[in-house]
Amino acid sequence: MYVAVKGGEKAIENAHSWLAEERRGSTDVAELSIAQIREQLSLAVNRVMAEGSLFDPDLAALAIKQARGDLIEAIFLIRAYRTTLPRFGCSNPVATAEMACDRRISATFKDAPGGQVLGPTFDYTHRLLDFKLAAEGEVPDAPKGAPRDEPTPHITEFLQGEGIIQDEPEGDETPDDLTRQPMEFPSKRPLRLQSLTRGDEGFVLGMAYSTQRGYARNHAFVGELRIGKVAVEMDIPELDFAIDIGEVELTECETVNQFKGSKTEPPQFTRGYGLVFGQSERKSIAMALVDRALRWKELGEDNLGAPAQDEEFVLSHADNIQATGFLEHIKLPHYVDFQSELELVRKLRREAEERITPKEAAE
Amino acid sequence: MTPLLQVKDIEKRYGTRIGCSGVSFDLYPGEVMGIVGESGSGKSTLLNCLAGHLEPDAGQVIFDTRADGPVDTVTMSEPERRMLGRTDWAFVHQHARDGLRMSVSAGGNIGERLMAVGDCHYGQIRDRAIDWLGRVEIDGSRVDDRPTAFSGGMQQRLQIARNLVTGPRLVFMDEPTGGLDVSVQARLLDLLRGLVREMGLSAIIVTHDLAVVRLLADRLMVMKDGYVVEAGLTDQVLDDPQHAYTQLLVSSVLQV
Amino acid sequence: MSEYNFAYLDEQTKRMIRRAILKGLAVPGYQVPFASREMPMPYGWGTGGVQVSAATLTPDDTFKVIDQGADDTTNAVSIRKFFENTAGVETTEETEKASLIQTRHRIPEAKLREDQIIVYQVPIPEPLRFLEPRETETRKMHSLEEYGLMHVKLYEDISQHGAISTSYAYPVKVSGRYVMDPSPIPKFDNPKLEMDAIQLFGAGREQRIYAVPPHTKVVSLDFEDYPFEATKADHPCDLCGAEDSYLDEVITDDAGSRMFVCSDTDYCRCRREAGHTGRMTKDVAA
Repeated sequence: MYVAVKGGEKAIENAHSWLAEERRGSTDVAELSIAQIREQLSLAVNRVMAEGSLFDPDLAALAIKQARGDLIEAIFLIRAYRTTLPRFGCSNPVATAEMACDRRISATFKDAPGGQVLGPTFDYTHRLLDFKLAAEGEVPDAPKGAPRDEPTPHITEFLQGEGIIQDEPEGDETPDDLTRQPMEFPSKRPLRLQSLTRGDEGFVLGMAYSTQRGYARNHAFVGELRIGKVAVEMDIPELDFAIDIGEVELTECETVNQFKGSKTEPPQFTRGYGLVFGQSERKSIAMALVDRALRWKELGEDNLGAPAQDEEFVLSHADNIQATGFLEHIKLPHYVDFQSELELVRKLRREAEERITPKEAAE
Repeated sequence: MTPLLQVKDIEKRYGTRIGCSGVSFDLYPGEVMGIVGESGSGKSTLLNCLAGHLEPDAGQVIFDTRADGPVDTVTMSEPERRMLGRTDWAFVHQHARDGLRMSVSAGGNIGERLMAVGDCHYGQIRDRAIDWLGRVEIDGSRVDDRPTAFSGGMQQRLQIARNLVTGPRLVFMDEPTGGLDVSVQARLLDLLRGLVREMGLSAIIVTHDLAVVRLLADRLMVMKDGYVVEAGLTDQVLDDPQHAYTQLLVSSVLQV
Repeated sequence: MSEYNFAYLDEQTKRMIRRAILKGLAVPGYQVPFASREMPMPYGWGTGGVQVSAATLTPDDTFKVIDQGADDTTNAVSIRKFFENTAGVETTEETEKASLIQTRHRIPEAKLREDQIIVYQVPIPEPLRFLEPRETETRKMHSLEEYGLMHVKLYEDISQHGAISTSYAYPVKVSGRYVMDPSPIPKFDNPKLEMDAIQLFGAGREQRIYAVPPHTKVVSLDFEDYPFEATKADHPCDLCGAEDSYLDEVITDDAGSRMFVCSDTDYCRCRREAGHTGRMTKDVAA
């Protein structure tokens, strides 16, 4: 007799062992170390940290190893881990103006204090497969320059000095925390930004791209993109002052967007903002564009009905852990629901047949 | 007799610009008020303030409710206002798409207001939908068709049926004949006139088409730049306009 | 897994969830937003139910998990194991012995008692979601009790199919006020929603908790002339002969032969142990 797929414990255990074996791959090949992943797949590590919302390169590398390189699975491992961590408090806002920049470019000014610093970028590489990498070999040292000691001011500060860009005054309100508060609509900007920075890179990229193609176009220039390390400070109640508890690498993007004015305000530029863990350039630019698109109401713009303007649409679908879980849950058993549908369809077909048959008989 | 609706000093501003200002009038049961003016004259702003779609900056819109008598609808709670919106009030949009559910059958469209107030007998709801389709001159066999399969004139008639099915006491109409062919307009106007008389409806109709008010409205208000410049009995205003702007409106129609 | 707190979640989180549960019980059928946590299983696989169970479990509880009515489906096994590891509570497959039951898609056939709690896993808590995708709008519709649209959906069903074509996740009105999605249970189970036990519903991904207190009136939406019908396959169980239980249809050979068996595995087992037989067990018993 056929027995329904009521798998049970044994099947699950076996599946897990097989998975472990597949993860390891052929034992003829040396095993990857966490350090190798952290150092040599650092952009993957960055993405896992950004979307996993946890800055810890070693854990992210471990997650990538455990997930067999499936980054969404790795992000999931990090998220599940981070919820169990005790919360001691929260840091002060990081000062990105104090960032030690590895890269800092502006598309709006040819030069500015702090200069244009290309840094380690793919931008001007020719995308040709480098077969030399297939063989092992050491990389020659890159030339070194003297590090800049003084802070690099934000490009938008210069525009702000002139009063030509919309002001973003510092608030003293403690923003809501996405991991502690359910998302409710209409949302506030801090929650929107938190949701975007941990949102799926592909989704945020697609949304941003749609604004460039005319779905709520907002004419963005990259006012500034900077990547580097910033210190994380925390107030310790017993000490009465803030202490450094470490540093994180961040990518920050500020876009300068189409000017607008109103009856009460003279024409001025507006902005979008992106801030992401690690070197995550594509993500931070995309985030800034989407942030800007979502600000239409606050800036008195028209709702053009574009997807990127629709906060319920964007924020409810940006999280890849929510998305992948729900998407994949349809492979779980649904035979009770399906049975219910089966019976209904059979009943409706029976009734439809009964309605048709007597008519034919009469003809 | 208590007026069905008392409008007192309604004002709505958009920043420094005036949408409409200083509008007052009474509407008695069974009366039809026409509001005419060019686009930008404030007539649609006024209608939306009266119907509760826009919040006026000042003034009162007092409706003679069945339960509690005259109540200011501007200050009443949203649930109460929404309740009015699906019982005693009706709103006919210029574009039928704005007032219909395009993916729901004609029967479902007409039935929605009935179900919203608690009707839960499928057969009765359907019978009333078919009855109302007949009253707006749509064949009952179309009850299961979606509005997307209807012509523009039919969609507008369906919208009217959907609004009138609960027997509202006050109907707001925003350019109900706008966007329709002239021959279709005439048929719709005839139909509306019949329904208004037969049901003893009170209505406020906003239009730029003087023929519509000539046929339907007992009284008339002429608006310009947010203010009412002339008001009175329809025939009186149209035949003997006093204000220069009204004279221009009337003469421009005659010239056509 | 001793590095984790009892039942995995930290106490602060549990208190937050308990507050949401209490609010849900106080306002039956109302969806309470809560700050759902990431769990070590995917969203859509019962994270809402797991969080509600974690916040409700005590060390003295006896825990039962079913999926599609069965204790031995893979996801049920996985969740049961999770709580065995993180809470160390006693688990059971017997409905009778369980004090807390987490379920996906079914209500057990055996009548639940006042000293039991049943926790439902909910994928989409909003019964109006497929009529109106906007959360801001559906919340307003609930708060103003504007449920006309729900009936429009049922009206359209009848006008197109001659019957209400919702067979699971069939919407109900709770305590004469809120329209609620009872989770994707087959409509056969809807009448059981009026029960003696506490019913808690958890939607993790959608961050909502709602509840039905014991002895609360739960009415399945319908029309007077098209009344709600709790239907099931018109067969007795081929293993235990039960005529009153919800049945799974199983394809048994390449020729497409079918057998029907109780979806509630514990119910079926109890009946067989009590000597009941069905079409396919008669010979064995005889």
